[in-house]
Amino acid sequence: MAEIIAALPQLDVRRLPGPETVLRRVLPNGITVLVRENFTSSSVVISGYMHVGSLDEKPEQAGLAYLTAQGLMRGTASRSFQDIFETVESIGAQIAFVGRTHTTRVFGKALAEDLPLLLDVIADVLQDSVFPGIEFERMKAQHLTALALRDQDTQSRAVLAFDDLAYPNHPYRLPTGGFQETIQQLHVEDLREFRAQHYSPNGMVLVIVGAVEAQKALAAIADALGDWNPSLTYERPALGELEKPRTKQRKDVHLEGKSQSDLVIGAVGPTRHHEKYLAAVLGNNILGRFGLFGRLGEAVRKTAGLAYYAYSTLTGGPGPGPWQVIAGVHPANIERTIQIVSDEIRRFSTQPVSQEELHDNQANFIGGLPLRIESNEGVCGALIHIERYDLGLDYYQRYPRTIAAITREDVLEVAREFLDPDRLVIAAAGPKIEEG
Amino acid sequence: MNSNADAPIHQHRLRNGLTIRMQEVRTSPIVSVWMWYRVGSRDEHAGLTGVSHWVEHMQFKGTPHFPADVLDREISRCGGYWNAMTWLDWTAYYETLPSDKLDLGLRLEADRMINSLFEPPEVESERTVIISERQGHENEPTFRLAEEVQAAAFRVHAYHHEVIGDLVDLQSMTREDLYRHYRQYYIPSNAVLTIAGDFHSQAMLKKIRSEYGSLARVAPPERLQRPEPVQRGERRVVVEGPDPTPFLQVSYHAPPANDPDFFPLTVLDSVLTGAASLNLFGGGISNKTSRLYRALVEGEIAASVHGGLAATSDPYLYSIHATIRPDRSPERALEVIDQEIARVLEEALSEDELVKASKQARALFAFNSESVTNIAFWLGFSEMFADYSWFAEYPQRVEAVSAQDILRVAAKYLRSSNRVVGIYRPQNGLAHG
Repeated sequence: MAEIIAALPQLDVRRLPGPETVLRRVLPNGITVLVRENFTSSSVVISGYMHVGSLDEKPEQAGLAYLTAQGLMRGTASRSFQDIFETVESIGAQIAFVGRTHTTRVFGKALAEDLPLLLDVIADVLQDSVFPGIEFERMKAQHLTALALRDQDTQSRAVLAFDDLAYPNHPYRLPTGGFQETIQQLHVEDLREFRAQHYSPNGMVLVIVGAVEAQKALAAIADALGDWNPSLTYERPALGELEKPRTKQRKDVHLEGKSQSDLVIGAVGPTRHHEKYLAAVLGNNILGRFGLFGRLGEAVRKTAGLAYYAYSTLTGGPGPGPWQVIAGVHPANIERTIQIVSDEIRRFSTQPVSQEELHDNQANFIGGLPLRIESNEGVCGALIHIERYDLGLDYYQRYPRTIAAITREDVLEVAREFLDPDRLVIAAAGPKIEEG
Repeated sequence: MNSNADAPIHQHRLRNGLTIRMQEVRTSPIVSVWMWYRVGSRDEHAGLTGVSHWVEHMQFKGTPHFPADVLDREISRCGGYWNAMTWLDWTAYYETLPSDKLDLGLRLEADRMINSLFEPPEVESERTVIISERQGHENEPTFRLAEEVQAAAFRVHAYHHEVIGDLVDLQSMTREDLYRHYRQYYIPSNAVLTIAGDFHSQAMLKKIRSEYGSLARVAPPERLQRPEPVQRGERRVVVEGPDPTPFLQVSYHAPPANDPDFFPLTVLDSVLTGAASLNLFGGGISNKTSRLYRALVEGEIAASVHGGLAATSDPYLYSIHATIRPDRSPERALEVIDQEIARVLEEALSEDELVKASKQARALFAFNSESVTNIAFWLGFSEMFADYSWFAEYPQRVEAVSAQDILRVAAKYLRSSNRVVGIYRPQNGLAHG
C-alpha cells in the first residue's frame, strides 16, 4: 500500500477543507451551518438544502415540490415578486430554490458586501412566501411551456423512458418537474399547503464560502433564520423496496423532426451509503469518464466514430439512483451502439479492470481534488456532501488514502452487483427509422 | 484584501511573434494554460465551412511525440482537464492542471502547434463524430432558427455560417483541406499563450522560451476580409417544424467589441433583457426586472426571454430570443419588443437603471475572476478583439455610460431596417394571437 500511495499525486492536505478551516455549528432550530473563509475574490456563495422534495408529494401531484420551490420567490407578506427581484438583481446577486427528489436546494451568490441583504431575502421567502394567485398562474404557464420543450428533447425523453422501466412502482420513476397532466391539475392552495406542511429548518444545511469572516457569517445566518421555528408533524415515509427488472427491458420513443437519437442504457445503482460506493464511482470513471469518456469513449466515439458523446454516470444519493450510459447517435446506428455498450458493460462487470486503469483513475481522483474545490461553489458542494452523508469534516483530508485503498476486486464486486449485462434497461428516443 | 483581479499582468512577445500574457494567482496549487489562435469560422470559404472546428477536433488526435491516448492519459492521470473551443474569430485550447504539472501543458501546446498528424483514418472517424455533433444541434429548433437568421444577416461576411459548418461541407471536406488550414494558421505569430495560476512569472518565461523560442518565425496569415454591406431593410426568415413551441429571434447588426458603442449597447442590453456574462462558460444573473421580461413574460406572451451581445472582432449581432407560449404568436411578441424599444428612444434611462447596470457589471466581473481557468480565459479572449485592458476596465467603462449614450446607440442600432426577424413556427401548432 505504501508504494502505491507514493506513486500517486501527493497533496498538501493542510490546504484542503478540514476541521481547522471549516466552522460547523448547529443552531437551536436545527439548521446546521458550515463556513469556510476565502478572501481571494470579493464574492460569497451560500448553498444548502432542506429535507423536502418530490418524495413528499403524491404521484398524481408530480411536480408539486418543484413548483413550490420555484414559487417561493414569487411574493412574500412584505415584498412583491418585483420587489424581491429588484432587491436581488440590483446588487448583481443570484438566489434560486430548486425542488429535487429528496431535498430542496437553496443557492445564493453575491458580492460579499451584500451578504446581509442576500440572507434577508432568503429568510423572507423561506418563512413568509405567500404564492400570489396571479404569479402562480404565470409560473404554471411558464412551467408547462418548459415541459412541452422537455417532451421534445431526445435525451430527456430517453431518461424518462429509462426511469419508467428501471423504477416500476417506485417514486424515482417520476420526474421532479412532473408531467403536463399533473401540473395542469395543481392549484395555488396545493403549493401553500405543501409549504406549510413540509418546509422546516430542522435538518436544514447551509454552507457559506467566500470573502466573509466565519463568525460573522454564522451570526448573520442566526440573525436571519434563527427565529424560524414552525411546528411540523409530518414524517416522510421510508422509501419502498425496489423490485429490479428480472430481464432485459427496452423502450423506444419516436419524436418527429429530429436528426439524432439519444440512448440510455444501464441499471439501478448503489446508494451513497453502500460500503463500496467509492469503488463504484472509480469504476464508473474507468467505464465512461476518464479522459474523453473512458472505455466507452474509446469504443463508441474513437474506434467506431458513432457518437459525439458516449459517457457513463452514477447518481448515488440517499437512495438507489441510476447507473447509466448516455450516448447521442444517428438513428441508423442505435443497434450497433447498443451492442458496443452492452459488450463494454459485460466486460466491466465480469473482468477486473487492469492495474494500470485502476492506478490512472486513482491518480485522476486524487490529483483532481484541488481543481474540483477551487471555486467557492466547489467548496460549498464538497461541504454539503460531507454533511449530507455524515462523512466527517476531515473527509477530504482522508480522501487520498481512501481512494488509494480501492482495489481491482472492489471495482469488480460492485460492478457485478449492480450492472448485470443480461438485465440492462435500454431506452432510446429519436426519429423513427424508415424500413426498407 | 487582495483579490485575484488585482494581480499584475505580465506581457511578453517572443521573436517568432508568440504573444504571452500571464497572471500569478496563488490561491490554489493549480495553473491554467491556454493557447489561442486567430482563426475561426470567419476565415472559412464556402466548401470549407466548419474546417476550423474540425481542425480543433484533430488537435486531440496526437503527434509523433504525444500519441492521442498518451496525451489524454497524461492529463487525466494528474487530475487535470483539457478542452478546446472554436468560435467566429478564434480557436482556443486549454489545460487546467496541478501546478507541478504545468510543463505538460506547455510542452503539449508547443508540440501540437506544428506536429499534429491528421492521419487519414482519424480524419474519417472524426467526420462521423462531427456530423453527429451537428445532428445533435439540429435536434433543437432554436439552433435551426439561429442558423437561418445568421445566414440572412450576413450575405457577404463569413460570419454567415455556423461554426460547426454546413453538412454538405462536412461530408466532402478532405484530409488535405484540414491539414492546409492547420499549417496556415497554427504558427506562433498567430497565437496568444495565456497562463494564470500558481507559478512565478520569471521562471515561467524561461520555460516558455525553452519550449517555444525555437519555433520558426512566419508572418501571420491575412484574415479573410469581406465587410458586410449596410443592410437596407428588415429581413425575415421563417422556420417550420414539428416541435410545438414557437420561438422568436430578433437580431440587430451590432458594433465589434473594441468599438466605443459596445459598452452603451451592453448597458442597454442589461436594461432590456438582463445582465449577461460575456464569459463563454455561462453564469449570469436572473433577468426578472428587465424591461422585456416584464413586458413579454409578465405580459403572458412568452415563457422566457434573453438577449446577447457577442464580443467579436468585426461587427456581429445583438440578438433577443423569446420562447413564446404555445397559445401566443411570435408576431405579437415582436410588437411588444418594438414598443419597448420605442420607449427607450422616447424616454431617457433613469439614474437608478444606470446604477443597477453598473453594480451588476461589477458583480459579474468578480464572479468571472474566481478561478484560474476563467482568468486565463479572459487574458486570451480579450486579446482576440482588443487587449486585456478591455476586460480589466470593464466595470469602469460600464459605469461611464450615460443616458445620452444609450439614446444614441439605441437610435443607431435598434432600427427595424438593421435587423433580421426569425420565427420558428410549429407546423401543426396553435401559435395564434
